[in-house]
Amino acid sequence: MEFDVKARDFSSAGESSSAFRKTLLMLSVPSDIVRRASIAAYEAEMNIVIHSYGGKMHFEIYSDKIVIIAEDTGPGIKDLELAMTEGYSTAPKEVIEMGFGAGMGLPNMKRNADVMDIVNHDENGTKIVMTINI
Amino acid sequence: MYIHSVTLDKDRCKGCTNCIKRCPTEAIRVRDGKAKIIKEKCIDCGECVRVCPYHAKIVVTDDTEMMKNYKYKIALPAPSLYGQFKDMTIGDILASLKSCGFDEVFEVAYAADIVSYITRTIVKIKNFKRPIISSACPAIVRLIQQRFPSLIDNILDIMPPVEVAGKIAKDEAKKKTGLNDEEIGVFFISPCAAKVTSVKNPIGIKKSYIDGVFSMHDIYSMILDNRRSRDKSVEHASSMIGVGWANTGGESYGTSLENCLFVDGIQNVINVLEEIELGKLNDIDFFEGLACIGGCVGGPLTVENNFVARNRIMKIKEKLNKEANIKKHLVADYRAFMLNVELKKSDVLNLDDDIDKAIDKMKLIDEIYKNLPGLDCGSCGSPGCRALAEDIVKGYASEYDCIFKLKDRIKILAEEINKLSIKIPPVIGSDKEVKS
Repeated sequence: MEFDVKARDFSSAGESSSAFRKTLLMLSVPSDIVRRASIAAYEAEMNIVIHSYGGKMHFEIYSDKIVIIAEDTGPGIKDLELAMTEGYSTAPKEVIEMGFGAGMGLPNMKRNADVMDIVNHDENGTKIVMTINI
Repeated sequence: MYIHSVTLDKDRCKGCTNCIKRCPTEAIRVRDGKAKIIKEKCIDCGECVRVCPYHAKIVVTDDTEMMKNYKYKIALPAPSLYGQFKDMTIGDILASLKSCGFDEVFEVAYAADIVSYITRTIVKIKNFKRPIISSACPAIVRLIQQRFPSLIDNILDIMPPVEVAGKIAKDEAKKKTGLNDEEIGVFFISPCAAKVTSVKNPIGIKKSYIDGVFSMHDIYSMILDNRRSRDKSVEHASSMIGVGWANTGGESYGTSLENCLFVDGIQNVINVLEEIELGKLNDIDFFEGLACIGGCVGGPLTVENNFVARNRIMKIKEKLNKEANIKKHLVADYRAFMLNVELKKSDVLNLDDDIDKAIDKMKLIDEIYKNLPGLDCGSCGSPGCRALAEDIVKGYASEYDCIFKLKDRIKILAEEINKLSIKIPPVIGSDKEVKS
């Protein structure tokens, strides 16, 4: 499954995670795993919406694991260590005012995924691969 | 066997696609020109009852004739009943209701007061997952079992007011009359279909305390007919909190919890449950989700416009005590009113028990879906193109049920026929060379 995610498109943000969640439910994936995968996917999708110039969400489902790949074009993550700190946010003021960008995105993804790799995070974009074991 | 209250009147059904498109669990298909409800998926929310222009979706309730089978008959009016009549006080309504052939009337609103009281007590002593999710609307509990299984643990494990009312009414009547269980009939006057179903197929309890469920619609005119026979012996005991349960937010108010979120309309509830599952609403203490717009006053079995009824309930509440005088012995042991059967996840969405097979099926669904027009027109009898793709993979439908796919295929065939028709056999036309 692959979905395009537009930058700053808050009205359709979360749609790909929602479709992904429905798919997991139909695949008899245990409910706590569905929940963790949905949270990880949602946070990654929101990161693309808030911070990037647009990107893609890619989902792979196997019998023993779920792989979520979030890839975007965009400014990348300047200070990874800082970005992984709970509550630290580089989201613009107007986004925070909308109730997003609370600085929990990356920490939440890490908490819910079994393995999280940030493959690249330079000025050309960011690619995050998360694996959740079933 | 699972018994549903929402059923179809085949003679009235025109096979239009209004219901299939509105059903929140995609539980309806049109087959042979008639709507067909998939029993396992239906949560009895009543959306199809409301939306059907031909009134072909009916809620099967019990016949009032069944009262004859009992020696002592008790009516349990839902709080929403109080909003159905103009210029009638709660006392008038209860007295008229009693005159419809009941020996006693026990207010579900009073049981709602008790449930609110127990809720306030146990949230202090029990460590609930937040947000605590109300168990009052059976359609929402079923929706969670089907689509949000990870939230089952958040559900407040107290019986809904109607069951609490049934239990108390029966116990008290046994003491008072000396009759046994089978001789006392407890009848709920229901605003909704889901509550009818939950009496036949209880959620979280072994057996319902209710013996029959009458539609508010059916009782409405009986109450009007009896409105002059005022019987002063009906005690009105419910308070602002209990009566408030008729409207959205009433239950939340009764919990006294600081941060409550109440949402009505099934699609709105689905949207918020998605947010809860994502962990976005962890700051909320209590979530009250009700399938009908307005809450129970908007139930498909009510008579009055839900906004008018809501307004009346608000006005009635103003005149009542803030809290009910709850008899101590009733709540001495709150455990008697707790759910005692584990709420389980519904597996109705699963494509296959074997995850590898399920993944293969999902791939096939995706492929089929990509080739469908994506108009979600419903002409195939499935609620949308995605649902059609699922139905094809499950073997319930064919690709050519899609009218556009069929038209495409006919076009290709027609072109082929056209090409063939131009080819003239040599005996009457073309001069083809003959080799010896």
